[in-house]
Amino acid sequence: MVARLRAPGLYRAGLGFLFGIAFAAGLTWVVRASTGHATFHHYLSGEAITTVSLIASPIFFLVGLGGFDYWLYWAAGRPTRAEDHSSHGAHSWKDYFRINTDHKVIGIQYTVTAFFFLLVGGLLAMLMRAQLAQPGAQFVDANTYNGLFSVHASLLIFLFVIPVFAGLANYVLPLMIGAPDMAFPRLNALSYWLLPLAGLMMLSSFLAPGGAFADGWTAYTPLSIDAPIGQDFFSIGVQLAGASSIMTALNFLVTIITMRAPGMSFFRMPLLVWANFATSLLVVIATPFIAASQFFVLLDRALGFNFFNAGAGGDVLMYQHVFWFYSHPAVYIMMLPGFGIISEVIAVKARKPIFGYRMMAFSLLAIVALGFTVWAHHMFTSGMAAWIRIPMAITTAIIAVPTGIKIFSWLATLWRGILHLDTPMLFALGFLTTFTLGGISGVMLAMVPFDIHVSASYFIVAHIHYVLFGGSLMTIFAGVYYWFPKMTGRMFDERLGKWHFWTTFVFFNLTFGPMHILGLEGMPRRVATYASKFADLNLLISIASFGLGLSTLIFVYNIVTSWRGGPRAVANPWRALTLEWQVSSPPPIFNFDRVPTVVGGPYEYGVPGAVHGIFAPAPVPATVGSTPGTTPTGAVHAPTE
Amino acid sequence: MPTRRSIAAAGVAALIATAIGIALSYAIHWFPVQASAQAKNTDTLYHVLVIASIPIFVLVVTVILFSVWHFRMKPGEELKDGAPIHGNTRLEILWTALPAAVLLGLVSYSFVVLHENERKPAGKEIVVEVTGQQFAWTYQYPSSVTGGAPLATTQLYVPNGESVDFAIRSKDVVHAFWIPAFRLQIDAVPGITTHYRATPDRLGSYPVVCNLLCGVGHSTMRSTIHVVAPTQFEAWVKSRGSSHPSTS
Repeated sequence: MVARLRAPGLYRAGLGFLFGIAFAAGLTWVVRASTGHATFHHYLSGEAITTVSLIASPIFFLVGLGGFDYWLYWAAGRPTRAEDHSSHGAHSWKDYFRINTDHKVIGIQYTVTAFFFLLVGGLLAMLMRAQLAQPGAQFVDANTYNGLFSVHASLLIFLFVIPVFAGLANYVLPLMIGAPDMAFPRLNALSYWLLPLAGLMMLSSFLAPGGAFADGWTAYTPLSIDAPIGQDFFSIGVQLAGASSIMTALNFLVTIITMRAPGMSFFRMPLLVWANFATSLLVVIATPFIAASQFFVLLDRALGFNFFNAGAGGDVLMYQHVFWFYSHPAVYIMMLPGFGIISEVIAVKARKPIFGYRMMAFSLLAIVALGFTVWAHHMFTSGMAAWIRIPMAITTAIIAVPTGIKIFSWLATLWRGILHLDTPMLFALGFLTTFTLGGISGVMLAMVPFDIHVSASYFIVAHIHYVLFGGSLMTIFAGVYYWFPKMTGRMFDERLGKWHFWTTFVFFNLTFGPMHILGLEGMPRRVATYASKFADLNLLISIASFGLGLSTLIFVYNIVTSWRGGPRAVANPWRALTLEWQVSSPPPIFNFDRVPTVVGGPYEYGVPGAVHGIFAPAPVPATVGSTPGTTPTGAVHAPTE
Repeated sequence: MPTRRSIAAAGVAALIATAIGIALSYAIHWFPVQASAQAKNTDTLYHVLVIASIPIFVLVVTVILFSVWHFRMKPGEELKDGAPIHGNTRLEILWTALPAAVLLGLVSYSFVVLHENERKPAGKEIVVEVTGQQFAWTYQYPSSVTGGAPLATTQLYVPNGESVDFAIRSKDVVHAFWIPAFRLQIDAVPGITTHYRATPDRLGSYPVVCNLLCGVGHSTMRSTIHVVAPTQFEAWVKSRGSSHPSTS
């Protein structure tokens, strides 16, 4: 028992968590006592202890789990534990519940955790739609309802879409570039474990006095400043998720830049790698801004600062600028990896090279650059200086150009292909349809007079769900089905997959299509009840949304049963050229027995004799007398023929 | 390789779908009644956007459906690859330049509408001060409107055909003052006064809704705006001023 508590793992992490609370109590007591009774009548304050615990407990949890072990030993000057890779990889389910440095294990940890939060966030949406099925009060009071949509959005953005893309890429990307793992495996493990902490923190806000955080995932000030303690569960939880995101992005950047197999130049990289490269740039530059916005809020709330106190010289709009400076790039963080997945799926399923590969890569970079210039299109009606609307509207319109290039290139990739219309491909084609609609409503919203009418209405709710569900989630499903054989070594049930697609596609459009009209007609968003003229459409939407929720269960059933007992998958069931398909399903523990050499592009379907990567036999020493098996640079050379 | 006939058939189907879409866009009542001059301009802008969007959506769906129908893998083609087409520079230039031109055209038109909606018209303009608080809207008519003491009221009356400059403030958190029938809204922000102007041009009473989450009472923070004839407006202001001395 004592051994369990002394060794790194979940038991010791639990101890760390409790220590964090004690630490918070001690720290707040000391600070309040030293300030004096005049300022603080009670030195022990539940609210102060809770707020500091929200920061301290996750950190001590991670220390207990062993996430910082290597660095703490090194910093203390003690001998670090030699990395013999014995704890690398997964041999039983228990390996998924500890610090594990294998990117394949981490990828599955991320993906499964993220899907848990998809189901929770989706359930919250079902509760919201039950409330909105009819005008008036149904199930929940207004404060609870406000909590439902706030937690719904926060979980799905920070605990589902962003991490699931990180998880899929974590699994696939090193394999795709011929690397044995990511550049920083320990950092990778740490970045995963921040996520369950962030998600549970946000979810547990429902138990806080005063209820869950209830000011939207956007947490506008000054409403969020005076909110009950549940607000801190968001402001701190989002920092944990943001830290996770930044660590992963850093890892991806270094891995992609330094660990590509010999011969894989940037323009021989698969587009999934390009997409994650672009996304990682967005993450490292933008994410600190949401951290900053929440630090401002925490300082105002906990320490009485006046950043957003208009009466004391504060600037309410400043919050929105800082928040949206991250949150606009965030939507591209939530879409670009999906673009990469679609490129992979369409090329393989159409048996054709991606049309316009170079422009596809450049348009990703263009979206990154332009994505930082449009944030105030979320603030056209905010009361900010009127002139800002002009350049922001122009840049918003311009960013549709690289996005359009991608859509047209995917369409051209279909042309004269041999289309395999299985589940991943169906989701890719569905994505093209619904994302185009979301993009069209986005272009409409760039037009300021129109946005002035529909801002913060159900038209916006429609737009965001067309691009996040019809966009991101469709690509996530496509990617999960596509790489399921590689990750699990099993094939999913194709018939259930098709059922999942069609029910999702139909119910999705029935749920979110009519919301455009509700917005135009004057229904605000984030309301627990509405004027009776909106009743018919809301009832239709609610019923359709229940269908959409049920359709997700088909997916869950398929994945669980196939993972447990589906037919064994071969190494390359899709006959793809990219490197991850050239190893077994699932891959060997260190991915490649020998580093491959890349000799051509990743999508050379239809080109007779084209090869992407080759697995050479043992290399010949470059100079006589050097160590057999290595060359001076350590590079693997293909046999010259 | 698909035949010319099949491509032509798809093209015709796309044109018909576009025509049907455009016709439908006229038939559908997208908006509440138009009660301001600004509403007319905004509705026209919206309609232009819809008409511009239909061909794009139809194009995407047509290519998908045509490809699914024509290029679907047939039995015996399981191991076959498609044509190794890497790109087409002319096509790529076309689908970069054309959307860019359309987008810049649309955004320019939108700026014309914005300017038209926001410029101060010649003629009379009254100021109405709006105050948002959790969870109600109150209105103040300044001396320039009442001709005497300022008037504070919970009712919103405006004269038909005359420009109204709403000066909007908040007492506590951010709200948004939205009049859907006017197609106009702006946030009420503590610490600053925000403005928009409207020229009502239709008699009647229309909903006013708070359109930015402001707390537990957000869903029911509603009001009504009454557009009345100018003489009626004068009468209303006078009657309110005499029988309800303002304490603002």
